[in-house]
Amino acid sequence: MISRRNFLKKTALGLAGAALPLAALELVDPGKLFAQVAAEKTAVRWVFLVDTLKCVGCGLCVSACKLENEIPYDANVTRTWVERYVLTKKGKLYADTPKGARDGYASTKIELGHGEFQDVKAGEIEKAFFVPKLCNQCENPPCVQVCPVGATYQAPDGVVLVDRTWCIGCGYCIMGCPYGVRFFHPVYHTAEKCNFCYHRITKGMKPACVQACPFGARQLGNIKDPNDPVTKIIRTQRVGVLKSEYGTKPQVYYIGLDEEVR
Amino acid sequence: MKNHVLRPLIVVIGIVTVILLARMVYVPKDFGVHERGYMYGWYRKGNEEDWKKFKVKYMGAEYCKDCHADKYDSIKGTPHKNIQCENCHGPANDSASDHYSDQRPKLTIDKSRAPCLRCHFPLAYPTSGRSKIRGIDPEKHNPDIECSTCHNPHNPMEGLR
Repeated sequence: MISRRNFLKKTALGLAGAALPLAALELVDPGKLFAQVAAEKTAVRWVFLVDTLKCVGCGLCVSACKLENEIPYDANVTRTWVERYVLTKKGKLYADTPKGARDGYASTKIELGHGEFQDVKAGEIEKAFFVPKLCNQCENPPCVQVCPVGATYQAPDGVVLVDRTWCIGCGYCIMGCPYGVRFFHPVYHTAEKCNFCYHRITKGMKPACVQACPFGARQLGNIKDPNDPVTKIIRTQRVGVLKSEYGTKPQVYYIGLDEEVR
Repeated sequence: MKNHVLRPLIVVIGIVTVILLARMVYVPKDFGVHERGYMYGWYRKGNEEDWKKFKVKYMGAEYCKDCHADKYDSIKGTPHKNIQCENCHGPANDSASDHYSDQRPKLTIDKSRAPCLRCHFPLAYPTSGRSKIRGIDPEKHNPDIECSTCHNPHNPMEGLR
């Protein structure tokens, strides 16, 4: 018959053994570790670089994007757009993006909304510039977090995609995006957004907007590749991101970003 | 257990079973948690491939080079060198006009003044490169004719036609 002392001893030992996770007994396999590091090296994380100093507001990126991605040309929705900022010497700020700058800016009149326009004379202008906008493919995308059905997600290479067959059109993601890049597709009635032209970049092509830009204001890069020219610029030059205070870790970097840009 | 408890319980169990069976049929096999975890990576894996299969429409100037070498070469030495053919001529591989198919339909060229004014409408914005591009006032500079009547877009520096 087992003694009380022996019983307690064996129970304690057994409990201790059970509490020890199996993983603790596994030795570190250098081969496995190396494979992990190697996989990390070849991995892709797409990022975008916008040089606002080069943008002249021609809007060729917007029209190319709309045709490439089958966004109805005359509908007032677009995956990418170009904003115009005009700051007067008196400190007044005007900003507009008529039709998302699909047809560029062929007027000095700035759209105020409700069919009103403001003409700012050249002599009154302190600063004026153009800022292209597109999806930031955030590292922490709030639009993905709020999707109740798993229709929008982040692909392993960082691009946030929308599954049109799975989207129920609730619009939470459109509300959730702090950058306002999402909208309803007028034909499919599902959430729609820029995906860096996923069908092009996965074939080694440039996104349509990058290819269409005659001024080199838009570039795509792989931040995990240290030899990528875009990665080098992001790592060595002064770049900014939009609304970093939201903690979304946006992956569209801007050169020459002004504080007036929201 | 009493009958009035058991009966509705059976109904509830039945409904739950039906929902679970329907879910098994309806939810695709590749739907689940993937690389980015539950928060960002809960989706149907096959959708990545769906997006990769999306049709490419803009092919780039290199695609035009073989057949239109004269135009390709003439624009290369001009300030218009960085403008893609398809920016004015439209996408080569559009669903409406598959330019490289056997039929080879002509692309619709936008010959209006609008594509030129995208850059050549003067905007004196001191902190933008736009102010350095030569511009014309479209209301005063021959308002009724196309720009290409006088200017060659493929070689704007060669002088007027």
